[in-house]
Amino acid sequence: MRDDPRLPFSPRFWRSPLRGPWFTSVLGLVLLVGITVLFVTGLVSYAAYNPDLSPVNDKTPDKGVLGFYLFAWPTSPHWLYRLTQGLHVTLGITLIPVLLAKLWSVVPRLFALPPARSLTHALERLSLVLLVGGGLFEFVTGVLNVQLDYVFPGSFYVLHFYGAWVFFAAFVAHALLKTPTALRNLRRSREERNDLVSPAPAEPTVSRRGALWFVGGGSLLLFSTTVGQSFDWLRRTALLAPHGGADPGTGPNGFQINKTAAYAGIDPAETSEDAWRLVITGRTGTVRLSRAQLDELPSHSAALPIACVEGWSTSDQWWRGVRLRDLAALVGYDGDPPDLFVESLQRHGAFRRAALRANQVADPRSLLALYVNGEELSPDHGHPARIIVPAAPGVLNTKWVARLTFGDL
Amino acid sequence: MRHRIAIGGPFALLLLLCSFALAAYAGVRLLADDWSRVALWIVGAAVLHDLVLLPLYAAADRVIVGGLGTRTMYVRVPAALSGLLLLVWFPLISGMTAARYRSATGLSPDGFLARWLLITAALFAGSALLLVVRVRRARKRRPPADH
Repeated sequence: MRDDPRLPFSPRFWRSPLRGPWFTSVLGLVLLVGITVLFVTGLVSYAAYNPDLSPVNDKTPDKGVLGFYLFAWPTSPHWLYRLTQGLHVTLGITLIPVLLAKLWSVVPRLFALPPARSLTHALERLSLVLLVGGGLFEFVTGVLNVQLDYVFPGSFYVLHFYGAWVFFAAFVAHALLKTPTALRNLRRSREERNDLVSPAPAEPTVSRRGALWFVGGGSLLLFSTTVGQSFDWLRRTALLAPHGGADPGTGPNGFQINKTAAYAGIDPAETSEDAWRLVITGRTGTVRLSRAQLDELPSHSAALPIACVEGWSTSDQWWRGVRLRDLAALVGYDGDPPDLFVESLQRHGAFRRAALRANQVADPRSLLALYVNGEELSPDHGHPARIIVPAAPGVLNTKWVARLTFGDL
Repeated sequence: MRHRIAIGGPFALLLLLCSFALAAYAGVRLLADDWSRVALWIVGAAVLHDLVLLPLYAAADRVIVGGLGTRTMYVRVPAALSGLLLLVWFPLISGMTAARYRSATGLSPDGFLARWLLITAALFAGSALLLVVRVRRARKRRPPADH
């Protein structure tokens, strides 16, 4: 089989003059840096949900030691999650051409014979199933999730988080085994020969440098048609990204929406002036406030973005409402706001209930917002009242708030 | 004489065993709910890429190279870039998530196909323009031989 050039098991089957240690090493080192950033920003996003605070924030309660690094998510700088998650998603999309080119550059090894030269070699090849399968799994689930195409087998949070650890386990081993070789390949000016270099190369149609520009051009195209979904003033340039192009409507409420009122199953009758009451519970009992009574409480404003786990964000919006710590004071927490359990009118959805940590409640910019950009909140942005907390992931900024329960969680 | 099994380097062996142990720790949790479908997705992703997607685009490329020779890049680049955009944004471009997209985000799902087609047109047009400019410049530099 090895000698028949019509079969991929023969080195003579692979004819591209591009393949070789230099090309693979450059792509490998780009991925080494890029995937490390993806992994770290992914872990950061997981921490931003404060999963160890309450079961309602935690979609992966069986995480065990994989949550070893969790910390209380800060509220400053207020654009922190916007930055880390925008980086995670935008960089992930940008790296797709590099990943595809890297896999193309090493595909002859998939068919290399003999299948294993030693026990270690056999394990290394087995590990590549986790590396390639796990890596593609992470990219595919991420790309599908941001397009709301929930065809993957289970909850996105569970699959993408545990999948990341499976992939990263194989990635670290691969990086430690290969990086020294890759660096050596780049330092060497004279091309060494290895099994990736075709023994019977076809006539070149592009140089190796040209091919790298080609890959980089693909990355640049994806980047430049995606990055705009993280900035209101650039949004029109994000031609194919899910939250690029247009804003949903004009005026003060015309900024990006993750879930509309209709999608969340909000009945307008429940949010009317007569029907809606905010129920606040704490140390000293329960208080019920109508929307008009909330308007009479001291009001404050904060300029904060909406930043979604899907990687898009808005520029700072000007919110106005009642400070969460002032609401805590109404039910017996004067000066020492505790954790907060928030419940929405939402009928379904993974985050219709959410928990905020004491440091988030205490921040003077954390509001139960009633107005945005000088106008009442629209139904799609959470009328009659929504939470807005600096640096918190979008889904923790609960809309259509019905009940606030203050107390240690 | 007994045959001994080749082991290989001890560092690589330890590293791989450590990697498998961590992958198994996370993998048990990953596979807890629906192990067969998740495993199918992971193995399927690798198989689909290596044995379907890659051979398909390599074969398409071979057709272009065979037909165009030195001018290959003028077709290969815009075609690959357009295909890349289609691959990444297929759910939005194809409209398969249109109903959910409209209802969740309040945005119109109708523009994606049109925008992808326009980008594709621009890529091919740009490449054609570049080809014309280069061919003309080359002709000017090399005046035609006398007949």
